[in-house]
Amino acid sequence: MWLSTEASTIMGGLFVSVQTAGTPPKASKKKPRPAGTLYRGHEGMWSWVFHRITGVAIFFFLLVHVLDTALVRVSPEAYDAVIGTYQTPIMGIGEVGLVAAIVFHAFNGLRIILVDFWSKGTRYQKLMFWIVIALWVLTMLAFVPRHLTNVFSH
Amino acid sequence: MTTTEIAAPRSPRTRGNGTNWEKWGWLYMRVSGVVLVVLIFGHLFVNLWQGTGVSAINFAFVAGKWADPFWQWWDVIMLWLALIHGGNGMRTIVNDYARGRTTRGILKIAILAAVAILIILGTLVVFTFDPCIGNPSSDALIQLCAAH
Ligand code: HEM
Ligand code: HEM
Repeated sequence: MWLSTEASTIMGGLFVSVQTAGTPPKASKKKPRPAGTLYRGHEGMWSWVFHRITGVAIFFFLLVHVLDTALVRVSPEAYDAVIGTYQTPIMGIGEVGLVAAIVFHAFNGLRIILVDFWSKGTRYQKLMFWIVIALWVLTMLAFVPRHLTNVFSH
Repeated sequence: MTTTEIAAPRSPRTRGNGTNWEKWGWLYMRVSGVVLVVLIFGHLFVNLWQGTGVSAINFAFVAGKWADPFWQWWDVIMLWLALIHGGNGMRTIVNDYARGRTTRGILKIAILAAVAILIILGTLVVFTFDPCIGNPSSDALIQLCAAH
């Protein structure tokens, strides 16, 4: 007899579904869809995926960034040469990516904090995810044209 | 008589002495996160948005900011909070994915070393900054450094 059970638990304020017990029956021809649980394929999962990827990206940027800033202790020429590369079009586009990552991580971080500490947080976690996306789009719409103008016209 | 001790469900994970480090780490991520929103958005506003943004940054720009203790402390607090926050987050990720005690141990020591070295370096850079090394490159710097 083949059995499938799904356990829903609350971890870190997010809904996490754990699929347990075995493989799907061989007879089934339907492809298993990711969105089969409360968590997988839904807002909660994507917010976690993006939060994790952006967190790692910002961390590695920061490692390099502290080193490039440290060049101010070497000489003005060394610092200006390296910061000059920040002002090239390719790096300018990279900075758009960095700001996109940090703005998402920041807004979604606040969402996580609300899920954890606000009594209604878990009820509104999906709505709050879409608010995060909306605020992220607005911030990027304001930032990107201005930043690219600075990068391409100076 | 012997009894086998099985921890009650949801009992905190402590390392014997009763301090629940995971809980404090969890709390730190949230408290530092709120402060970092202000510090990083402020940093990006001044360095990427104001004036002509990134194209205005050079040695003299940094000298101008760090002439003011306000921006020195802003950067140092941001440095400490962000590196510890990011390092602790990376530790969580290593715990999630790295298999095997040795791999995990090496990765976590590497994270700790990177965070510690960069915190020390970055703090020294801010507080030992000397605007008058090399050839002064702007009028403001020439004036400032002539007095030395
Ligand atoms: C493209 C975006 C960025 C640019 C152009 C930029 C530029 C700079 C500049 C010019 C400085 C020198 C001091 C000052 O101006 O305050 C600096 C320092 C610093 N930045 Fe950024 N920054 C960027 C993004 C970030 C981000 C996202 C973070 C945080 C994760 C960050 C963290 C820091 C820290 C901690 C310092 C102080 C370093 C030290 O103590 O030596 N920066 N940045
Ligand atoms: C802008 C302000 C920030 C906020 C509001 C924020 C918020 C958060 C929160 C609440 C968590 C905990 C998630 C959890 O426990 O499940 C977290 C995780 C993390 N943060 Fe941040 N953070 C910010 C900035 C940063 C910076 C500057 C870095 C990199 C230096 C960073 C890297 C990470 C990493 C690597 C994780 C672990 C992700 C995971 O476990 O999936 N964050 N952040």
